[in-house]
Amino acid sequence: MVGRLLARGMVAGILAALLSFVFAKIFGEPQVGLAIAFEAAQDAAAGAAPEPELVSRGVQASWGLLTAVLMYGAAYGGIFSIVFAFAYQRLAALSPRSMALLLAGVGFLTFVLIPDLKYPPNPPAVGQEETIGLRTEMYFAMVGLSIAISMISLLVGRALSHVVGYWNGAVCGIALGIVLVAVVQFGLPDINEVPDNFPAVILWRFREASIGMQIVLWSVLGVVFGALAEKCLPLTQSVARKTS
Amino acid sequence: MMKTSVQAVLPVSAAAGQSIPVRAILPWAVFGLIVSALLLYFVGAEQGATSLISGHEVHEFVHDGRHLLGFPCH
Repeated sequence: MVGRLLARGMVAGILAALLSFVFAKIFGEPQVGLAIAFEAAQDAAAGAAPEPELVSRGVQASWGLLTAVLMYGAAYGGIFSIVFAFAYQRLAALSPRSMALLLAGVGFLTFVLIPDLKYPPNPPAVGQEETIGLRTEMYFAMVGLSIAISMISLLVGRALSHVVGYWNGAVCGIALGIVLVAVVQFGLPDINEVPDNFPAVILWRFREASIGMQIVLWSVLGVVFGALAEKCLPLTQSVARKTS
Repeated sequence: MMKTSVQAVLPVSAAAGQSIPVRAILPWAVFGLIVSALLLYFVGAEQGATSLISGHEVHEFVHDGRHLLGFPCH
């Protein structure tokens, strides 16, 4: 049963990624193009030779982007289904669809929004080559801490809800999570490598597009996985049949 | 008799529900997390901070996705 859940999670992730790709193509790619044009103009002004194109821009913006987003969707779809398998009827007595939606929201916060608050997505031309090691380490450390914070908040919230009730327990868990995010993000080093003359509008729209495509991905993943999971959890199916 | 009719009135979410045993999840969890981590590694970090395959082709191919999905790049 868990194997089937995992497969359905990856299928839901791939479907979500396809829609997310459409969003990225419409809203994200124009900003990537503008940022690359800025970078090329800066290089030309400095008298540097243009960077050689190993993979053409056309391929990067179509097949490359599609491949990357599909791999990302399949990966998080898989992780999502495993978390779902653990959380179902343990975290809360919710139906498969409601649990999937709740977890999709938590997944978006954990894997996207909380890390992005500290280390936001950056377009090409932002970021120095020498600091890629530090930036990658800090980014993945932030994602890891974000996962830990979400787990702590959910477990504390659930434990408290037995004592002070569902609503108060949830509020306490969320409040604890916010405090932990603030402490962790205050402790990690700041990284800001946006060139002084980089257009603010391109930066803002790029980040909007980046977070927008993640909202598309996670919401579709939650809705589709909930519907698919319902069919492969035998007990809910039989109960649903009995009550209908 | 009385009990079953009460259960039937309850929403599916409250009436249904049996968690999946942890020992049934664990092997799939290990397998799923390894596959997912590999996929994310190639999208997010290969030929950036670290490299398993030499050159820049993988990085350049997923370049736009890496930027838009929020991974550090260049």
